[in-house]
Amino acid sequence: MADPSRVSGDPALAVGVSIPRVDGRAKVRGRALYVDDLTAEGMLHGQTVRSRVPHGVLRAIRQDPDFDWSGITVATAADIPGENVVALIEDDQPALVPIGGRVRHPDEAVALVAAPTRARAREAADHIELDIEPLPASFTIEESLAGEVVLYGDDNVMRRFDVQKGQDVERALAEADFVIDGTYRTGPQEQMYIEPQGVMAAWDDQGACRLTGSMQCPYYVHKAIARLTALPPEKVVIAQSVTGGGFGGKEEYPSMIGAHAAVLARASGAPVKLVYDRDEDIGATTKRHPARVHHRLGVMKDGTIVAQDVDVVLDGGAYVTLSPVVLSRAVLHATGPYRCPNVRIVGRAVATNVSPHGAFRGFGAPQTTFPYERQIDKAARQLGIEPFEMRRRNMLELGDETATGQTLSYSVGGPAALARAEAAAGSAPPRELAPAEQGTPVRRGRGLAFYYHGAGFTGSGEEKLAGRATVALCEGGGFEVRSSSTDIGQGTLTIFAQLAAAALGVDVGLVRVPEPETGSVPDSGPTVASRTCMVVGGVVERAASALRRRIEAWADEQGIDAPMDELGRRAAGELGEISETAQYSPPPGIEWDDDSYTGSAYAVYGWAACVVDVAVDLDTYEVQVERCIHAVDVGKAIHPIIVKGQIEGGTLQALGWALWEHVAYERGSVVNRRMTDCIVPTFADAPELETIIVEEPYPHGPHGAKGVGEIPMDGPAAAVANALEDALGAPFDAVPALPEHIARALAQAERAPVSKNEREVIS
Amino acid sequence: MNLRFSLNGEQTALDVSPWRRLLDVLREDLALTGTKEGCGEGECGACTVLVDGEAVCSCLVAAGQVEGREVRTVEGLGDGAVARAVREELVSFGGTQCGICTPGIAVCAVRALEREPDASRDRLRELLAGNICRCTGYQLIVDALECAAARGRGEGAE
Ligand code: FES
Ligand code: FES
Repeated sequence: MADPSRVSGDPALAVGVSIPRVDGRAKVRGRALYVDDLTAEGMLHGQTVRSRVPHGVLRAIRQDPDFDWSGITVATAADIPGENVVALIEDDQPALVPIGGRVRHPDEAVALVAAPTRARAREAADHIELDIEPLPASFTIEESLAGEVVLYGDDNVMRRFDVQKGQDVERALAEADFVIDGTYRTGPQEQMYIEPQGVMAAWDDQGACRLTGSMQCPYYVHKAIARLTALPPEKVVIAQSVTGGGFGGKEEYPSMIGAHAAVLARASGAPVKLVYDRDEDIGATTKRHPARVHHRLGVMKDGTIVAQDVDVVLDGGAYVTLSPVVLSRAVLHATGPYRCPNVRIVGRAVATNVSPHGAFRGFGAPQTTFPYERQIDKAARQLGIEPFEMRRRNMLELGDETATGQTLSYSVGGPAALARAEAAAGSAPPRELAPAEQGTPVRRGRGLAFYYHGAGFTGSGEEKLAGRATVALCEGGGFEVRSSSTDIGQGTLTIFAQLAAAALGVDVGLVRVPEPETGSVPDSGPTVASRTCMVVGGVVERAASALRRRIEAWADEQGIDAPMDELGRRAAGELGEISETAQYSPPPGIEWDDDSYTGSAYAVYGWAACVVDVAVDLDTYEVQVERCIHAVDVGKAIHPIIVKGQIEGGTLQALGWALWEHVAYERGSVVNRRMTDCIVPTFADAPELETIIVEEPYPHGPHGAKGVGEIPMDGPAAAVANALEDALGAPFDAVPALPEHIARALAQAERAPVSKNEREVIS
Repeated sequence: MNLRFSLNGEQTALDVSPWRRLLDVLREDLALTGTKEGCGEGECGACTVLVDGEAVCSCLVAAGQVEGREVRTVEGLGDGAVARAVREELVSFGGTQCGICTPGIAVCAVRALEREPDASRDRLRELLAGNICRCTGYQLIVDALECAAARGRGEGAE
């Protein structure tokens, strides 16, 4: 059992110590206010009317003449004051489908309703009838690639990326001793934050629009709402309410809900709260992109990797949204943390008539980590090399070069993570051991996965974004950190307070970190990509140091010699509020070429190794994860317990994706829209998680910290599949591995005398 | 109907439809927003309250069903040794992240530890299996409750 360290009054100890979360007391007493806890005078409840047709042309919207419409506001695309677009990367997605416009997926918003109660709003929405002329639709990667239904461009490919390294990859594969050839599929995954999405909107007398809601990226919403309302930026204010989880799911979609709430509030002249029910949230909001990856791995007899040829296809869904960025990350992680002289990676995101897929922790990397870690495991099995040894022989070390030609010159935590995981795991459990109390045959196995994850935005992303943050000395001598980075549960408020306190040299209790509101905080960039602590935290630290220098200079002038907290009080009394704003600047030696996709893909990487022991019940095919050891290199843990919580939360989401979490679609629409059938792991499903924090400092991160949010999601699924193969002797090349899949794989393995794995190997 | 029940130790009367969900009556009519809605179908446990000492999902309870009974919400857990230990250890062990599941878990845990002060880690996992947390992976919550249990038994540091 971990012993949490208690608060310390010593500012020197502010970093690296697990102080109680600043938002903890309010949350545990039920006093934290989430969007659905907010209310306003005369507030109405919003409801969305959706297409229910995967592809077609909207001909008419009709209100049932027999229904009592009194007190109800109905809004359509015609009520949008500005551009009918949810601005993001491309402007292809409308906020509401206009009459004559194209419906592209079954959960497309077509009309909106506001009423004094939620029940009335729901009832009214049911009395709106849509006339949609159906068109042929396509629902899968294969159908999209076949191109019979064209949804984007002339071939349905929304974006393509290519990475090339070394000589011709076909030749390199031909010269390899062995080629492992496999096709892998990973399924969609629901973020299932426990707080459903919601936004509240109100317009004031001056014609300004104010939105408060559950979100990760207030400035994304700001950009979208300014375009939609045609208001000048200062007349749009976006405030984050306490947010009950996001995991990527609240990166882009709040712009859509915010747009709807804003339109309804304007049309009705009243504040409108639009909070989704769970079934609507599961049905309409984004999921992890389903993926198909074809991977060919060339290895020599001694286990050396000589070539990798990877073809990645993501199902982007009906609109471009964030697919290009997710694809980019999928591609850049596709060959793993291994030395490999010859590489070819092709990545494509394709359009289907499914609600757009989007950000989810890992952001494309889990989809390509699963294939390469299955491949290398198969290679090790084939060559008779022990799994840890196979990774050790090929892993990237200091001075090695990645697939994009980046030379790793610092903070390579791979070797340490692998060694720590191996030591903690000890020897594998015996393969067969039927526990007497169960009386059913059980087979056990162990699986390993080893991987890395680029921290922060890809390539020149951070430089272009130039995130800013402010630290202010406020009235009374307290300090305030102002940034647009949101705390969605991952501890931003606490970590920023620690970083600022340490840089200022004051007690962490003197630093306040308010929830962001556009206009009052600078744009620090979105809260995504494991960048908040490493990138924005670094900016916060620099702003705090600048403020400290300024206060000290003032004190020198005045001839005052006192500790910082006293200086702060006196300076605030004399000077009033003063603040310093800092901006991100990239570390030296980071160069990236977007055209050739070469150079430093990320300023730094996190590294991890995960060992999973499974027990498979041979009667029910249920899988029990008996042990899960996860060693993750985070550079420096600013707050060890928050870091541990991040790793463990991500690990369980990954185990869920591997074994239990299944989102089923029928004609582009999610069928299992309830938590009853769209399940996520419970207290009882979760194993005891054995977490090892590895610290290989990043010289340009605050106190050495790098990202931690996403990496724990990347690898455990591969570790599970490798463990299943170890236990059952059959390959598991798809996620999730549900009991029916395990039964099928075993039946197939029994029918075929040679395992699929071996047949795929050409020697 | 005129609904009368004891709410967090105080007699309460209000005029509501007996068919409304207890969850909505608490949140909308009584402004007790500490009880959260995560699913509205008895799956997530965010809406857990105690009715006559039993943990129930208030999204599945009709207001009329609590007539004459005793309802306790997260706001009314009080300052008994177990309630305090549960709250404090959830915070210090990192058992709350986004916090949306936390009130339900606190309510359920207080009841569990009052009934079974010796509950093991595995037993705690069983007792809380109806409360879903998507953020923590549960490990730090179990750590927190194990420590709270020890404190409740008078073993830990106060
Ligand atoms: S809201 Fe009641 S169980 Fe989820
Ligand atoms: S802390 Fe977020 S769901 Fe539990």
